Amino acid sequence: MPAPQKTHAGTPGQTIGPFFAFGLDYDKKHEAAFPHSPGAIVLGGIVYDGDGAPIPDAIVEIFGADSDGTVPRGRGSRRRDDHTFTGFGRSATTDEGGYEFWTRNPGAIDGKAPFFAVVVFARGLPDKLHTRIYLPENAELLAADPLLSSLTPEERATLVATRTPEGYLRHDIRLQGEKETVFLDF
Amino acid sequence: MSTSTTAAAPESLLASPDQLSQNEITAEIRHYHAAAEAREAAGEHVRATAHDFPPYRSSILRHPTKNLRLVDPETIELWSPAFGQRDVAAIEADLTLQHTGEPQGERITVQGRLLDSWGRPVANQLIEVWQANAAGRYIHQRDQHPAPLDPNFTGAGRMVTNDNGEYKFTTIKPGPYPWKNHVNAWRPAHIHFSVFGASFTQRIITQMYFPGDPLFALDPIYNSIHRQKDRDQLIGAYNHDLTVPEFSMGYEWDIVVDGPDATWFEPEGEH
Repeated sequence: MPAPQKTHAGTPGQTIGPFFAFGLDYDKKHEAAFPHSPGAIVLGGIVYDGDGAPIPDAIVEIFGADSDGTVPRGRGSRRRDDHTFTGFGRSATTDEGGYEFWTRNPGAIDGKAPFFAVVVFARGLPDKLHTRIYLPENAELLAADPLLSSLTPEERATLVATRTPEGYLRHDIRLQGEKETVFLDF
Repeated sequence: MSTSTTAAAPESLLASPDQLSQNEITAEIRHYHAAAEAREAAGEHVRATAHDFPPYRSSILRHPTKNLRLVDPETIELWSPAFGQRDVAAIEADLTLQHTGEPQGERITVQGRLLDSWGRPVANQLIEVWQANAAGRYIHQRDQHPAPLDPNFTGAGRMVTNDNGEYKFTTIKPGPYPWKNHVNAWRPAHIHFSVFGASFTQRIITQMYFPGDPLFALDPIYNSIHRQKDRDQLIGAYNHDLTVPEFSMGYEWDIVVDGPDATWFEPEGEH
């Protein structure tokens, strides 16, 4: 069934502004997975501006599948119980531009290349930006991905994380500049 | 990648190196609105909110320079994180009750509905709000505006929409405040809203303004939205029927979360 015609115009987005910290902060907001639970990994990196300077007042949010590819439906992303995997995490960047999550490696959904859905907000960014962070493993799935296969190797590199020796994921986000991250519209 | 570049202190980033006058900024705003209108008239799809809006000086190095890549959302993007009453306490929707005393200022209630682009209510979604106090000051170490802090007002609240997609909260009307985008720059009074929809593609952060604000035409952030009808969507409506006798002024504001046609098909379960 095709979707019927839209009847309501979307409310336009606005910048998160400089003073969001007290409004969007809460305990363990970056713990999509409890750090001491099996399979918990760190996903982190730095958010850069067009001059290559780290952005100290951005927020990165992720939503990812569980390791078996199921979409998390557990509540409590705002009030963590230290065992429910909710898939959702929020990280405000540090003074060095760093964001960091405790989460799990998302599993493939319907046999497709697994990734984290990502939204970025920042002071100076008039509206949100969507992007994805793909896992670096499984070259076949990555090659078959409709988005990745439509990109140049340089663009593609902006969406695929690097695996660290301890099994964590490292991924920088560049709002502008030479290695500008590919951002998405749906 | 420039490893030698260190992060500037955020408070210094607030100051623009090329401080223009309000008249110059206002002229820039008009110029960019006219340019967007012309692009639209030529058949181009122009985003409601420009990512690249130079009158908002901080956007210059922080907007993507390439077109957003149009993609079909994958499964994880068609779901939203699940929220429920477990995530917030009912009292968190009243920003006037967070301290022992009464906050200063005009008490208001704001209510509205969270809808999708087909007008369907979006239930069980988290809404977070934050704002300045009645004097235009935020509880934030980097807000150096010399207006008083209110010991009885923090200015942050949250709630989860009910089965009809409705939300409601009680607060104090925020004051306008100065910022350093240009000389004599003042933001219109506003409340920040962070909203989740039924899918992650609908996630938005926006601002609700108050009707009749004289600062609208002067503000680069409000004007990063080029169409008047879209800007009008951000203005709450005074509603005397919501005004509580001897207690608070009432405002009504509906929020519409947009998304791809694929979001018409709701994920099973939930809702």
